[in-house]
Formats: sequence, structure tokens, C-alpha cells
Amino acid sequence: MDPIIVVGAGQAGVALAAKLRALGYDGPLLLIGQEPVLPYQRPPLSKKYILGELALDRLLIRPPGWYEEQKVECRLSTRVAHLDPAAKTVSLDDGTDLRYSKLALATGASPLVLPAPIGGKLEGVLRIRSLADADRLAPLLQPGKKLLVIGGGYIGLEAAAVARMKGLEVTLIEKAERILQRVAAPLTSDYFRALHGWHGVSIREAVTLERLEGTEGRLTGARLADGTRIEADLAIVGIGVLPDKGLAIRADLDVDDGIIVDGQCRTSDPDIFAAGDCTSFPWRGERIRLESVGNAIEQAEHAAACMLGETKDYDPVPWFWSDQYDVKLQIAGFHRGYTDTVLRPGKREQSQSVWYYRGEALVAVDAMNDALAYGIGKKVLEARRSIPKAAAADPAVELKTWLTAS
Amino acid sequence: MPKVTWILKDGRKITADVAVGHNLMEAAVANNVPNVIGECGGCLSCATCHVYVDAAWYEKAGHPDDMERDMLEITAAERKPNSRLSCQIKATDALDGIVLHVPEI
Repeated sequence: MDPIIVVGAGQAGVALAAKLRALGYDGPLLLIGQEPVLPYQRPPLSKKYILGELALDRLLIRPPGWYEEQKVECRLSTRVAHLDPAAKTVSLDDGTDLRYSKLALATGASPLVLPAPIGGKLEGVLRIRSLADADRLAPLLQPGKKLLVIGGGYIGLEAAAVARMKGLEVTLIEKAERILQRVAAPLTSDYFRALHGWHGVSIREAVTLERLEGTEGRLTGARLADGTRIEADLAIVGIGVLPDKGLAIRADLDVDDGIIVDGQCRTSDPDIFAAGDCTSFPWRGERIRLESVGNAIEQAEHAAACMLGETKDYDPVPWFWSDQYDVKLQIAGFHRGYTDTVLRPGKREQSQSVWYYRGEALVAVDAMNDALAYGIGKKVLEARRSIPKAAAADPAVELKTWLTAS
Repeated sequence: MPKVTWILKDGRKITADVAVGHNLMEAAVANNVPNVIGECGGCLSCATCHVYVDAAWYEKAGHPDDMERDMLEITAAERKPNSRLSCQIKATDALDGIVLHVPEI
């Protein structure tokens, strides 16, 4: 019997393998990953791991013994060079060809890099995506050093927070008009701009990096398009990710922004499924791609079920979180196409929530240190209901009543 | 090392030794306890590690703080007075023998 092969050993790959076993698949199962370590959680890399609060063994998604116990063969440090849907084989970079019965692509996404001509290759220019990235960065975060963060998305802001907590001088530049522009409303951007300002991060929005400058191959600073120069010993680049779809493209599978799958996580080849950051999937009349742990796990579990015969469509309420300083941001829903937002003050210090509407319909909630607002927003979205704007904006109105309201 | 027992809805029991300081969500995931998922890795963001602490152990395990109480509003299974998010319970010697009931989800 040919194995089910899962390509990609991140959150989605492991969740998919685990769910296949939990649902009773007892045939051969192979998980292929490029990195030399067992699958680990990425979100803590830019937070607790860099701060030294969480060691590698506790970062692992499953302990080493789990793979043996569950008979999940894990091939690490292994790259799939080619996928042949007609022959139902994958070719590994060591030349081995493996047959599969069904295949799952859980290849994830890779960070965008700054081109070498503008200084992207200088020593001191780093990113945070993998464990190796975090291990390179952690010892460099020394008090008094000057850090430039390029990109005001969640990863850039988390990096800025960690660096401030480690005593670095931090400047963050964002080329859009405001930080978090792609992923949040102005109210949420305002909150995080103020939070970082209060913690001493210098945030500069609507500025374009012209080039990074260096001496003898080492970063010394940055020149912005407006002519200003920023001194820097280190730069962290957080300008977004691209889905890893190269293997799918070379195998002639349909792709657009990501690997195109249907509601059952099936690609244009009926025996090849895909899940996680790398996929573009149909959702409530649109086609979306999500970069989140929640989606990686839930979509992968759905894919596993569909590989074993499930016929329902994947219909998630997306969710996401970010930790910066002592603030926990939790997001439920997907804000694309929103027309309106309302602010709800919270009951604790620094707590508030931002409610996104498309017309009168609630589409998403950003909750800062307000887990109840997040939780109730998520439940309401799951039930495909809404909360009137006036009620959401009024802290005297108990949100819980809207859980059961018709 | 403290011993932890999870009792599943169908009566099946899973017992494991858990290192002091590790939280009981990660211990459940490590021991493949069904229905304890821990999507957020234990940072109080997903409520997928919901358990009922056995009555005999509830007080010893401690009470949920404000954030956890809020997150308990959105568990998939019914919230009960002994509901906890297991990522917020750390294994200690005082909890040796603790029993957790795992909800069906």
C-alpha cells in the first residue's frame, strides 16, 4: 500500500497527519519537512522564545515519541524537488522517488526578502520565520543597540516589542500610510501606534526605504526616500510572506495567490490536497488565503477528513492573535470589505475592541485585552448573526445577551 | 513527577507523568489526549484545551483569572463550575494525582 504523503512539516502538516490517525487511517503515513528539527510552533519565536521564556523542547508541536507511537514517519532536512501527479510520485532532493496514494501539500509561506541591490544581503539584516532565524537574532538583541524594523505588520510590531523589552533603541518604518493598514482598521492602528510610542518605539509611517547602507558588508543604517538617514546596527525585515506554491506550479496544479483548493481542500488533482498558509480557498462567496495558526490547524484537519471521505465544505470563522508587551490582541472574523467600524471601550486598563461591519452585518472583531469581546464576537460570527452597532459601541450593554438573542 | 489522569467521555483513562512547570494542555497534547487541542499554544487565545477539573481537585488547581474566565465563555462544550483551560494549570507536586474530565466536542 502506498503511503499518504504530507509535504511540509509545520502546524498544518502535523495537524493533518494527527487527524488522519485520529480518524482511523492506519496505513503508512509520511511527513516530509525541510528543516532539521521536529515540527515546532512558530508564533512563540518572535515572543517567548526570543525572550528565553520557552525552550525548544516546549516549542515542539508534538514530542519526539509521538511520531513513533502514531507511526508517522518523519523525514527531516528533506526537500521535495518534484511532484508528478500522473505517476503519483514525489522526487526528493537526494534522488529518491516515492509513490503516494494521496498527497497533501502543507508547504506554508516564506518571508519576502529585501533585494540585494538595496542592501538586503548585508550582515545584520534579519527576519523571523524559522527557528534558525530566531536563533540567529536572539543573541544580537543587546541593550543599547539600534534596531530598525522594516514593516509595520504584526511580525514587525512583535519584533519591535521584544526588542524594546530587551533594551534596544527601536525605529519602525512602514511604507503604507499607517501600521497594520493591510490587516486592521485605523482604530486598531491608532491603538498600537500609541502603545509602541508609549514604550519608546519611534514609528515612522508613509516612508519608503530607499536602501540599507553598510560598511564592509555590515549594516550601518538606512536611507529613506525623503532623504533622512537612520542609524542601525540591526534590521528586522517583516514585509509579508508569499505562499510556497512552486512545487504545485511545476506540477501544473491550478494556482493563483496560493494553491487553489475547493471547499474540501482538494487541488485541481483529485488525489492531491492542500491546507494552511499556502492555499487559496473558497469562503462565503470569495476566495481567500489566510496566514494563521488557527487556519493551518483547522483547514488541515478538514483536509484530513476529506481525504478519508468527508464531503462538507470548510467554513471557518478565521481567528488570529498577537502579543505585544502586556497587551493581547485577539481577532475573530475576516475584515475584508468592511464599510464601518465602531469602538467599544473595555473594562480593564488598555482594553478595548474594534467591531467591523459590512453594512449592518458584523464581519470581524479586534479585541485588545478583552477576551470576552473576542469570544462573543467569534461565537456570534460562527452563528452567522450580528450585534447592532449601537449595542457593540455601548459598554453598558452586556454583550453576552447577544449570544442568545435572535 | 506529578501524575495526571484524563478521563474521556467514553470512560477511557489516560495517565501520564508530567514535568513540574509544564502546563496540562501541553501535557495532554504530548500524550495524544483526544479533544484537547491547544491551537494557540497556551496563550489564552483559543479555548480549545477546555477540561473539567475533578471535584476533588478543583480547589487545589486554583481559580481562573479574569482573562481565563472570559475565554471560558466560548468553549465548544458546556461551561461548568469546574471548567478550566488546561493551559493555565501548571503541573506541581501538589497536583500529583489530579484528575481531569475531557469534554466531547
